[in-house]
Amino acid sequence: MRLEGCGSAGAGQDVGRSCILVTIGGKNIMLDCGMHMGYNDDRRFPDFSYITDGPLTDYLDCIIISHFHLDHCGALPYMTEMVGYNGPIYMTQPTKALCPVLLEDMRKVAVERKGETNFFTSVMIKDCMKKVVTVTLHETLQVDSDLEIKAYYAGHVLGAAMFHIRVGSQSLVYTGDYNMTPDRHLGAAWIDKCRPDLLISESTYATTIRDSKRCRERDFLKKVHDAVDRGGKVLIPVFALGRVQELCILLDTYWDRMNLKVPIYFTMGLAETANKYYRMFITWTNQKIRRTFVHRNMFDFKHIKPFDKSYMDNPGPMVVFATPGMLHAGLSLAIFKKWASNANNMVIMPGYCVQGTVGHKILNGAKKIDFENRTSVEVNLTVEYMSFSAHADAKGIMQLIRHCEPKNVMLVHGENAKMEFLKQKIMQEFNINCYKPGNGETSIIPVSIDLDVEVSLPLLKHTMALPTSASPSSSSSSRASNTEESRTKKQKVLHGVLIMKNNNLRIVGVNEAWGDLGVTAHNLRFTERIEVDEPGPVPALTSALHTLLSQKLGSSQVQAVNEFQLSVADSVFINIQDDEPGKTILLSWTHQDEGLGSKLLDIIKSNYKKS
Amino acid sequence: MKLYCLSGHPNKPCNVVTFKSVTLMLDCGLDMSSVSHFLPLPLVASHRLGSLSTWVPRDADSQLEGELRECMSRIFVDSPPEIGPPTSGLMDFAEVDAILVSNYLSMLALPFITNGTGFKGVVLMTEPTMQVGRIFMEELVEYIERTPKARHAYRWKHYLRSLPQPLCDVKGPKTWQQAYSLKDINAALSHVQIVAYNEKIDICGALKVTAVSSGFCLGSCNWLISSDHEKLAYLSGSSTLTTHPRPIDQTSLKNADVLIMTALNHTPMFNPDSMLGEFCVAVAQTVRSGGNALVPCYPSGVVYDLFECLSNHLDNLGLSLIPMYFVSPMAESSLAYSNIFSEWLSSSKQGKVYNMDDPFPHAHLTRTGRLKPFKSLHAEGFSSEYRQPCIVFCGHPSLRFGDAVHFIEMWGNNPQNAVLFTEPEFDFAEALAPFQPLAMRPVYCPIDTSLNFTQARKLISELKPGKLVVPEMYLRPPPSAPHRTDLTLNLEETPLTYSECQVLDLGIHRRLESVKLAPGLALALNLSNIRPGLSTATISAGLHVQDNKYVLKPLEDEDTISKLPNSYPYGNLSVDDLVQRLAQAGLTDARVEELPGVCIITLENEDVIIKISDASTHIICSNTKLREKLRDILLECLSSF
Repeated sequence: MRLEGCGSAGAGQDVGRSCILVTIGGKNIMLDCGMHMGYNDDRRFPDFSYITDGPLTDYLDCIIISHFHLDHCGALPYMTEMVGYNGPIYMTQPTKALCPVLLEDMRKVAVERKGETNFFTSVMIKDCMKKVVTVTLHETLQVDSDLEIKAYYAGHVLGAAMFHIRVGSQSLVYTGDYNMTPDRHLGAAWIDKCRPDLLISESTYATTIRDSKRCRERDFLKKVHDAVDRGGKVLIPVFALGRVQELCILLDTYWDRMNLKVPIYFTMGLAETANKYYRMFITWTNQKIRRTFVHRNMFDFKHIKPFDKSYMDNPGPMVVFATPGMLHAGLSLAIFKKWASNANNMVIMPGYCVQGTVGHKILNGAKKIDFENRTSVEVNLTVEYMSFSAHADAKGIMQLIRHCEPKNVMLVHGENAKMEFLKQKIMQEFNINCYKPGNGETSIIPVSIDLDVEVSLPLLKHTMALPTSASPSSSSSSRASNTEESRTKKQKVLHGVLIMKNNNLRIVGVNEAWGDLGVTAHNLRFTERIEVDEPGPVPALTSALHTLLSQKLGSSQVQAVNEFQLSVADSVFINIQDDEPGKTILLSWTHQDEGLGSKLLDIIKSNYKKS
Repeated sequence: MKLYCLSGHPNKPCNVVTFKSVTLMLDCGLDMSSVSHFLPLPLVASHRLGSLSTWVPRDADSQLEGELRECMSRIFVDSPPEIGPPTSGLMDFAEVDAILVSNYLSMLALPFITNGTGFKGVVLMTEPTMQVGRIFMEELVEYIERTPKARHAYRWKHYLRSLPQPLCDVKGPKTWQQAYSLKDINAALSHVQIVAYNEKIDICGALKVTAVSSGFCLGSCNWLISSDHEKLAYLSGSSTLTTHPRPIDQTSLKNADVLIMTALNHTPMFNPDSMLGEFCVAVAQTVRSGGNALVPCYPSGVVYDLFECLSNHLDNLGLSLIPMYFVSPMAESSLAYSNIFSEWLSSSKQGKVYNMDDPFPHAHLTRTGRLKPFKSLHAEGFSSEYRQPCIVFCGHPSLRFGDAVHFIEMWGNNPQNAVLFTEPEFDFAEALAPFQPLAMRPVYCPIDTSLNFTQARKLISELKPGKLVVPEMYLRPPPSAPHRTDLTLNLEETPLTYSECQVLDLGIHRRLESVKLAPGLALALNLSNIRPGLSTATISAGLHVQDNKYVLKPLEDEDTISKLPNSYPYGNLSVDDLVQRLAQAGLTDARVEELPGVCIITLENEDVIIKISDASTHIICSNTKLREKLRDILLECLSSF
């Protein structure tokens, strides 16, 4: 199995963007196709020429997109429409619905605000989305006869999914971004014990512990509360979907608990859009919301009211959620212009900002912003950045590993130092290999392959009916755990013939094999004469031998045929002849029963050796 | 592989299949035809029903007094209605490992199977099946519980022979039971495990089951049951027509060893498309002439298509202002759920979400107030909203309970009004019997989108199953049309058939099982080539079993290995070759004696005799070391693996 970070900056030790190329069982799959938010030039998109010299469609078997964030899907129209790819693209239904909305938003900022050329167009986004095939959670989707994919709930944003990819007996899980603790509107990520050869996990919060999320929320609430207490206005620029729903629920319940009267507003369009998407994709939200959606809409807030443009001139404190999230245009920018000069006010940026936007400038400490029409504003208000993105923390990542029991782990989408710490922890706790490739680095993960064979049912049933063989591993290692012991206890010894016919493997019983192979067995039989000093009559010796062998082998194994003949396990025969003055024992067995034959020989010889 | 049939009604299927020591129940449909023998349960005390004369058979004792009432010379039981659950005597439900539910219509008997029977398995169904099924079950419970009857009649069951037709012909009324409760529904549904289409679910490590789309209703599916080498397909309510659900997945059903086919069309004499047209025309006629239209229906299913088609039809006729009321305790839930299951809908409906539109137009109809959902007639706001003429969609299609009973009583004496039967399950004459005489106009336009016999025959020829298994009655014309031999599943090859309470051996015998071979073991194997493309090796390995999965690993126990032969010789022995090799090993005194069919080599000095015949050799000696030496020489002369 080969994995490659794609282009000069892939998904390795950087939160910039995700784009991973894997080769598994001869299939080439691209996992996410993100753009880098930190660049304005060619480096923004992955370098697809690095993958292959020929057409991408011929090389790639499919693309899988984990969720709608641009660092996971932003380069998709560039790749499919400008570089050229016509193969299948897989994503969930909400991702397919939301992806074009975000792409269009970004395109507008890049082209219409910043005047960039050589960017994909609206039509390209539409054409790109036409190539998308939607996957339902837990459905096993057959990409071709060998390659199958299955999506699991990831809980990062609406529609986010983890993907299990299988080719023959090799498999891997790609998590995308995920969240292991349910929040106020999404559920927790879940996966079954699929035991992949490799788990590729994001590690954005590799060293963060669970409580820090609560701290961040408390911090957020305190800052907002303090600001309105001192009479300031708080602006929170947001994108219509995603964390803003979480923040609204958070703020609404806090207002309720603290009995605050300061108005909270959010823009009209925002509410409608969000509510519509959430209503249609309610099956992707958490249990509580799904259970109550018929009668109660979780997104109908008690304290949050629709905003009207005229309100921005109202005196007194208020909190406003407004789009767009990067302060590059629209209402959020208009409000910012009005409020920026007042030091009592505050703006909280809950997400990333593209270079060149007002949001990006103020986060970098700009004190004065100039606008196209030669106006400018002084930035006196407090600027806060708070990320509320829902990622798994170290504990969550460990939990996921425990759930799906991978044979190898690879950490991506995180910072090097933090990943190193987590890597050590994983190797220690699970005793498995853990990788953390750098950007653009190729990793090769060796996997052991179990061969599938077919066993004939008569042989299998015969084997299962045999007494259990004690495996030495359980007796030699006293430290073996209970499960290990019970596992080895179940071992039976299967003996048969493996036949490989046109690369098909089948194991059959020895007697069944001859017909299948079209050859005749050559039967080998051995008879060994043992002379013994035994004076009494023949039947007496027969009976004595019967008793002796029954003791050694178990009475069910030994049968008396007549007064001078015994048979053991229906296959070895013992004849006793009178050979005055002693006796001769004739022991006869076939090549197949060599083990039993030589054992009987030893027993008889050691008990009746001729002096 | 065996099949146990627990239901005599192919459209309310309940079968059990045993395979590889796993017991699977396929659907648990509830036969509700028994309710037609009971008096309707009116919402408010009905003077007419209350004044029906009681009926007592001539020779029965007086205890039967009040159990039976007569309406237009039909006898009805005056009691809370009873329903016939699947047969329980044939199968211990505690042994069922899993119940596979195909659609929400085929799960209504679930509480009878899972509650109080020791059932420990899982119930597999899709999410829409679970949610809509719950809506169906809760509606049924609500209808029956909100109109309680003081007395439960049961003595009449002892006097069946004294009763007139059709009551004397009912089958096993003593097994009939009263409806379950809300608590029973919750207990039954607690066993449910939600599955997606095409999700492979492992059953006891022995089998994989997969739900594949059946195109019949929201979340409906057919089931694939497969081991590594055998494939069984179970086809229940399926449709090849284009309505609102996701289309049927036929490819997955192909080439099964066994195909079980049930729940074909209830009303094969009627074409659902033309019935839908007739329905729209009849409703429009009724309201145009000032009458009201009553549509007894289930809370989900074809009713969504009725909303869509009817509103379009009324728009075209300029009748957009006629109000449509959807009256059911579950109306609101049903409308809400239908619009969140877009992933389970036809691609055109699914495509609407990408334009931020609701998949079903009834979302728009509700928002604009053309379609108004109400919990019941008594629900807040209904009386103030109620305008005539109007169209009322409400339950229950049997007309024995639910708000439909009230509307029939209220509108029954006006010939301007119409009642339209679209649900194929209930015969309209039967349904209306306790309301006679009736002036209201009955319109029969059953809409059953499931496969008719022609479509089923076509599907079978495409799927090419190894064996086909169908209910016995599909080989005979329906009782109502005994001459319509086209309404049978006449096929070139007669299928296997089953009928109620029958056990059928499906005749699938397994020959192979899949086993994993550990890499270490595979590498150690020494394959010898028998001929091009065929090679073989003797194998001795440890067989490990966990969760019904087999793995072969290398044997570490030297003792065990040494006891088993590591190769097998085959073919004939060349005597000359053997003698030569014996001489090379220092055994030069071999005397060869050719007899007919056998050759004897004697080594006088060593007291050894070797008998050689076709494909067998026998060494007789009295020295173990020498025997082993001879054996090795002999094996060198033979081909072996």
